[in-house]
Amino acid sequence: MQTFAELLDRLILTPSRQARVRILRAYLAATPDPDRGWALAAIAGGLKLPGLRPGLIRTLASTRLDPVLFSLSYDYVGDLAETVSLLWPARPGANRTPSLSEVVAGLQSAAPDERAQRLEIWLDSLSVSGRYALLKLSSGRLRIGASKRLALQAAAELGTHPIEEIEEIWHGLSPPYEDLFAWLEDRGQRPGEATPAGFRPVMLAHAAAPEFEPGRRLADTIDPEIYAAEWKWDGVRIQLVRERDVQRLYTRTGEDVTDAFPELMDEIGLTGRMDGELLIRGPDGEPAPFAEVQKRLGRRTISVREAARRPAFIRSYDLLDSDGQDLRLLPFRERRERLERLVPTLRPDRIDLSPLVGFSGAGELEALRRQPPQPAIEGLMLKRWDSPYMAGRPAGQWFKWKRDPCLIDAVMMYAQRGHGRRSGAFSDFTFGVWTSTPEGDRLTPVGKTYFGFTDEELVRLDRHVRETTVDRFGPVHSLATGPHQGLVLEVAFDAVQRSTRHRSGLAMRFPRIHRIRWDKPAGEADRLETLAAMIP
Amino acid sequence: MIRPEDLLHPTPFGLYCPPMDAYIDPVRSVERAIVTHGHSDHARAGHLSVLATPETLAAMAIRYGEGFTRVRQPAAYGESVSVGETRLTLLPAGHVLGSAQVLVEHKGLRMICTGDYKRRPDPTCVPFEPVACHILISEATFALPVFRHPDPEVEIRRLLTSLAGFPERTHLVGAYAFGKAQRVIRLLRLAGYDEPIIVHGALEGLNELYERFDVTLGPLERVPDARLKRSEASSRPGRIVIAPPSAMRTRWADRFADPLLAFASGWMTIRQRARAAGVELALAISDHADWLELTQTVSEINPEELWITHGRDDALARWAELEGRRARPLRLIGYEEEHGE
Ligand SMILES: [Zn+2]
Ligand SMILES: [Zn+2]
Repeated sequence: MQTFAELLDRLILTPSRQARVRILRAYLAATPDPDRGWALAAIAGGLKLPGLRPGLIRTLASTRLDPVLFSLSYDYVGDLAETVSLLWPARPGANRTPSLSEVVAGLQSAAPDERAQRLEIWLDSLSVSGRYALLKLSSGRLRIGASKRLALQAAAELGTHPIEEIEEIWHGLSPPYEDLFAWLEDRGQRPGEATPAGFRPVMLAHAAAPEFEPGRRLADTIDPEIYAAEWKWDGVRIQLVRERDVQRLYTRTGEDVTDAFPELMDEIGLTGRMDGELLIRGPDGEPAPFAEVQKRLGRRTISVREAARRPAFIRSYDLLDSDGQDLRLLPFRERRERLERLVPTLRPDRIDLSPLVGFSGAGELEALRRQPPQPAIEGLMLKRWDSPYMAGRPAGQWFKWKRDPCLIDAVMMYAQRGHGRRSGAFSDFTFGVWTSTPEGDRLTPVGKTYFGFTDEELVRLDRHVRETTVDRFGPVHSLATGPHQGLVLEVAFDAVQRSTRHRSGLAMRFPRIHRIRWDKPAGEADRLETLAAMIP
Repeated sequence: MIRPEDLLHPTPFGLYCPPMDAYIDPVRSVERAIVTHGHSDHARAGHLSVLATPETLAAMAIRYGEGFTRVRQPAAYGESVSVGETRLTLLPAGHVLGSAQVLVEHKGLRMICTGDYKRRPDPTCVPFEPVACHILISEATFALPVFRHPDPEVEIRRLLTSLAGFPERTHLVGAYAFGKAQRVIRLLRLAGYDEPIIVHGALEGLNELYERFDVTLGPLERVPDARLKRSEASSRPGRIVIAPPSAMRTRWADRFADPLLAFASGWMTIRQRARAAGVELALAISDHADWLELTQTVSEINPEELWITHGRDDALARWAELEGRRARPLRLIGYEEEHGE
């Protein structure tokens, strides 16, 4: 367990990808089976353990430390596993440290009511980094910035087989992968067989602003003969595939989210692989706001009944293969034609077609981008008619041209220390706008943000908070505000909606600080009516 | 007996002592200043007179020039100075060279302001001396239970292990210029590392100060000149270079061959902080007391009341509450939380 913990520590702090591959490769080469296999599974995300609920870990910690001190610590560190690993008071004369395999076997075999006890015994025997690794492992999510691809790359470098060969068989293998290591180290046969319905890397777009192509102005470039235009939908990019009776749904990073969307696993008529946007259908039949998609994505599984209440559907925009034929090298125009022929044969409530946006010139397109017809549209996508489907973000093929953000001037009202990497400074800010009350104009909070400022601005903001704090509620500092007092933040956001959960009755999507108006008197900040008028 | 608030109380300028008409570590220019130690947020230039240890006065002269104050009043550790009916004594704080606690006695009341302090052994300064008092005014920089600093010797061994494992990479160690840098050098020497250590120009004056007060640092070398060709400047890989953290992310660092960034600071206990600092080797070496040192020191001195200055006053106050101790956060402003670390 200790070597695995040291591996995690080094992976976390090593910035270069190449160096991380090297570190992991060295670990895999030096560590015996089956420990290395469990480590590979944990890092590549293939380790399925009965995850311990965060609540259980918190409860365990509260047996050793005052809950208030625990919250203050957790609030500062921002990560449960790290907090507990640091403050766990070791017990003298603890047991010998367990191996990684013992921990995995222990977690897999423990009855639910035994897990806390096992965890406690292990925590007592491990060092700080050992405790951290244990808690990360048992919470089911490592999140150490090492992707599955990085893990497989390191494994590939144990031998001479390219990573693609491992990717093809990966879904059919199971940890601790002794057969895989044997093959990589030339001691055995190639294990498994190519898994059906595996993931293929997706093609990504560049941002279109401000220069569309090097040296050419946007308006001169968008020619309908060269580019197709589509709406950019505000959902989640997915890949739906059906091969040999196996159907799977992946996010753009290859994460398998099949179980979270059972309604898309019905018989829908597809044999092939499509690229599209996952959206939730609102009561009016149109795509619901992004928050609804996010809610669904946050859950690993869902009951059929719940799924029926907020059904997901796919708005498709590309076809990568069909009936066993790989289409990726065909130009977009041909793939699009095939997609247009295919979609009408599929279940219409599950899959529809993202329409092309007709235009004659850049001016017309610009107007559409600024005023899209639906709130679920984030802007436009421009795709070269002749673009093949290439993995990654190839230059000069696809562009996203987003709608301009909305802007308001708000006043900073409360501040809180940031979490994790920003825990030293005040960096979480609640801001408000003016509203009339019987006692005159008052600020009402409308949002919270911790994005959009530089490190230098953060230092200045932090000083502002220290100097103008008038009250404290736990970690929250309340700042002095009034018509002539208070800091104005120009806040950019993607959209604003009605909300019953917020005091102001409004909820903003992705607010971030656009500019800090050190110069502007707080009394001149915007009013609630202005914000309400921006609801689509 | 006099009320404690009448002997010392917080003001926007710092802690004020009316019977002496003096401030402890004032953050703005005042007539009479008592300075606990030479870190820049505690020791500022421009006071009319400064009372401090000879080491602290010397450090201030190096930082700000000889004219940093009109009147220097040196007071050695343990030597009492009378001001009217008030007696003032500086006691070792174990934070950096010359760092002191301030003991103020008046009409039977004894108050101690710890300044910044730590309890771990430090081969570059005199250890903290616990002394009984009625009111203890403690710092709280690392006052959260998550801060339990490892042994500095263990951290230094990790640096040497890394150097052995990556002999082709220059190990660039960020360390605060006053205190931390010299402590890291001394710890390396005590761990048996005899090679010349390369130091950033900003450290030179302070290194000489330490040598002058008999803290031997062994062979040091200047950083190779920036104007040297890259091949020459980076021709000595696998060396330890010590520099202030601010220099590590600048062009200055480009002259070293494939540098491995390390940072010696109490904040390096937290992984996310180390990651945010872009550090590959996080050395949790602190010149401030950690959670156990803070709480054990309060228990050991056992004052009637604990006052808490800069840092995580909320957590230390909660601990005091659980222990049935009287505590009061002073919420002094103007001291950087990251100072000296
Ligand atoms: Zn300080
Ligand atoms: Zn200090």
